[in-house]
Amino acid sequence: MRKFKSNLIVALCGASVLLALVPLAMILFYVISRGFSALNWAFFTQTPKPVGEAGGGMGNAIVGTLILIVIAGVIAIPVGVLSGVHLAEFKGTRFSSMVRFAADVLNGVPSIVIGIFAYAIIVLPLKRFSAIAGGFALAIIVIPVVARTTEELLRLVPGGLKEAALALGATRAKAMFSVILPAALPGILTGILVALARVAGETAPLLFTAFNNRFFSTNVTQPIGSLTVQVFTYALSPYDDWIRQAWAGALVLVTMILILSIIARVATRRLERMARG
Amino acid sequence: MDEVKITVRDFDFYYGTNKVLHAISLDIPKNRVTALIGPSGCGKSTFLRSINRMNDIIPGIRVDGKILVDDVDVYGSGIDVVSLRRRVGMVFQKSNPFPKSIYENVAYGLRINGLRDKRKLDEAVSRSLDRAALLDEVKDRLNASALALSGGQQQRLCIARALAVDPDVLLMDEPASALDPIATQKIEELVFDLKKNYTIVIVTHNMQQAARVSDRTAFFMLGKLVEYDDTRTIFMNPSVKLTEDYITGRFG
Repeated sequence: MRKFKSNLIVALCGASVLLALVPLAMILFYVISRGFSALNWAFFTQTPKPVGEAGGGMGNAIVGTLILIVIAGVIAIPVGVLSGVHLAEFKGTRFSSMVRFAADVLNGVPSIVIGIFAYAIIVLPLKRFSAIAGGFALAIIVIPVVARTTEELLRLVPGGLKEAALALGATRAKAMFSVILPAALPGILTGILVALARVAGETAPLLFTAFNNRFFSTNVTQPIGSLTVQVFTYALSPYDDWIRQAWAGALVLVTMILILSIIARVATRRLERMARG
Repeated sequence: MDEVKITVRDFDFYYGTNKVLHAISLDIPKNRVTALIGPSGCGKSTFLRSINRMNDIIPGIRVDGKILVDDVDVYGSGIDVVSLRRRVGMVFQKSNPFPKSIYENVAYGLRINGLRDKRKLDEAVSRSLDRAALLDEVKDRLNASALALSGGQQQRLCIARALAVDPDVLLMDEPASALDPIATQKIEELVFDLKKNYTIVIVTHNMQQAARVSDRTAFFMLGKLVEYDDTRTIFMNPSVKLTEDYITGRFG
């Protein structure tokens, strides 16, 4: 009887794993089988054609997504990492527990709300949609993730390292930036890349910030196309050619995120190995 | 009596309202090894860490009385803790090399002092490794990670790192307690060598170690200094019954 129970639970665990993996496998299967046929060179190099004309591509949207990620990173990495440093270094204070709570709340705010916020404080005053506004909205999503990851990883660094640095005459800031932060860097880097990969797939916060752009643009003060919004627009359209392209866009997006995740893993491992020697 | 390097007068230490050191007074001689012994929780480590103010990072501490290094009160106003710690180096119980190369570990204290000259750095690194009796073992792999060294080598690396900034005083908090007997012996020989150039204060749980390496021994119990004398006297002919009981292993 005991053996039967044990086997039953093992079987249930196995079935759950399968159940969790099936959707992932199906998503990949659909995206690849539908998207791959619409992929061609033009898809990467051309901009969308006007309605009714076949062909064209999402080159502008691919570049747009990359630009948005870069803007989000430039804003969110320094702010997030430094906030994390503050949280780890002043962990007992009231202010830090307030900040920690705020970061966790912000982490749970629906991304559409963050989009509205960016719309109110950037799009409205500037009176136009822009890549900056889109990148800013994404940055707001990334900051709490990076801050909390940084904090957690800094706390895992053995206290002995800090003591050693202080005992050698390092100031608190010096100990942090020359010893503790570098020791935690591989993990922090993973956290940053995973967070950026996540927002690369965001659509809602871009709808009324970066808006969309059918033309090729690298001007960050102008509306910019993005894969997610482009896929969203095309997938809702009644045109077969657009729907095929939406699948292709989804495939490219998934691939980009996969590549980011792989880079995160490889870079982390390499850095860790360098530290261990 | 030898020249005095560190003078302690009526030194009290509090964690919050909990008084853990009571009116400690003693003179630590220059270029000698002074051992601090006593049962766990007797305050010897707290006392050691008070000398270079490492306890400052703990919130809610308070001190009274004086600790003078070269006649300057380390708790006096206008004391720069950073420069104090450069003169009073420390080696910890658990070896704590940075996750950097051997070279960078030893160079760290000099680099944060602003030394950029590659030749001077090279020189200081090999001199410090030599003084810590580690140079021969690592000179061919200075760029290898410090974490690849054995436990005993890591601890000697930490000593080299502390010596690199050229302190006068070296505080050692049970530096050999996590090491095997052979590595321990190396550390002890090293301590014996180092006293030519440094004033050493060493906390140890190991009675034989105190007897072997130190010139003076201070016995702490329950936050009080019970007896402080030449090591030979403490171990052969202590004047307080409590000291005798402790070193003969009747408690502790």
